[in-house]
Amino acid sequence: MAHSTATAAHGQSVWDGGVSPMGASYGKLMMWFFLLSDAFTFSGLLITYGLVRSSHPAFEGLVDSFKFSTEYWPIPEKVFDAIPFYHGIPLPLVFVGIMTFILIMSSVTMVLAVEAGHRMDRKAVEKWMLWTILGGLTFLGCQAWEWNHFIHGALSGDAVAEGTQFFGANLRQNQYGPQVFADFFFFITGFHGFHVFSGVMLNFLIYYNTVTGVYQRRGHYEMIEKVGLYWHFVDLVWVFVFTFFYFV
Amino acid sequence: MRYFLPIRKKKKLWTVAGILGAVTGVEFIIAFTMDHGTAKTALFVILTIVKAGYIVGEFMHLKYEVKVLFWAILVPILFIVWMLVAFVYEGMKMPVFN
Repeated sequence: MAHSTATAAHGQSVWDGGVSPMGASYGKLMMWFFLLSDAFTFSGLLITYGLVRSSHPAFEGLVDSFKFSTEYWPIPEKVFDAIPFYHGIPLPLVFVGIMTFILIMSSVTMVLAVEAGHRMDRKAVEKWMLWTILGGLTFLGCQAWEWNHFIHGALSGDAVAEGTQFFGANLRQNQYGPQVFADFFFFITGFHGFHVFSGVMLNFLIYYNTVTGVYQRRGHYEMIEKVGLYWHFVDLVWVFVFTFFYFV
Repeated sequence: MRYFLPIRKKKKLWTVAGILGAVTGVEFIIAFTMDHGTAKTALFVILTIVKAGYIVGEFMHLKYEVKVLFWAILVPILFIVWMLVAFVYEGMKMPVFN
């Protein structure tokens, strides 16, 4: 790892190798290009959502008179209006707002870990990595609750879809509207949640390596920066999911 | 040997975090005060791009990388923009399918 970088010595031609025109190490560069390809994957999912959504009629009428129906696309704030411990009180989109806040904060602590790594401050890296991991786990917990609520549905209210009594949603039935709405919810937030899960695993790995002094011996904390890129990307994707799934 | 690892300024970082929080707050206000329509969607898209810019530029530090790297990441994003416009347009012309 330590030999993966080099700069051209004086008097050498640029074509003799050892020059990095992008000013980044191999690992960091490949992380960037991986993230670019991952951005395309997520775009594929979100744009397909956009295609299907724009092919369905929107609900015409006042937001207050909205009822779940398979005839039109649901208004997201009417679907996602619950938060833990406040059962039955409609608090639209508050919970996703909290989740967004958690993810942005864990992104901030991640940058702080990267910054501490530049100073070779091992204790600070450990501290900020722990906060980042905690943020990631909290987000996953929130998402588990969100999924649970979405699957089981509300206990009251108009849960009648096409004359049948059904609460919540799964891949075959959906209380909230057209079936694809639930399918997209599971696929898009699920795919993102899996990225968060992988990110927490990677974060834990670099935390472990920091604690055991691997990066201190190596002489640099670039690994924190590389995994940090991935973690910020997960945050970035959530910003888009947040807007296009919950708001638009 | 290490690459150019740019120093991050902590104060700047908190400013960016504050901006991200504020923009999200504005999105919430828009979500509950504006009527549904093209203007609302356009506002959301713009605000999301603003947030994405801050995350990629500052947190991921792309703004301060070598220009070749910066453009190597940004230019392919144009395909996504095209894909979005093309598919949403296509969707509006499509009959409902269930």
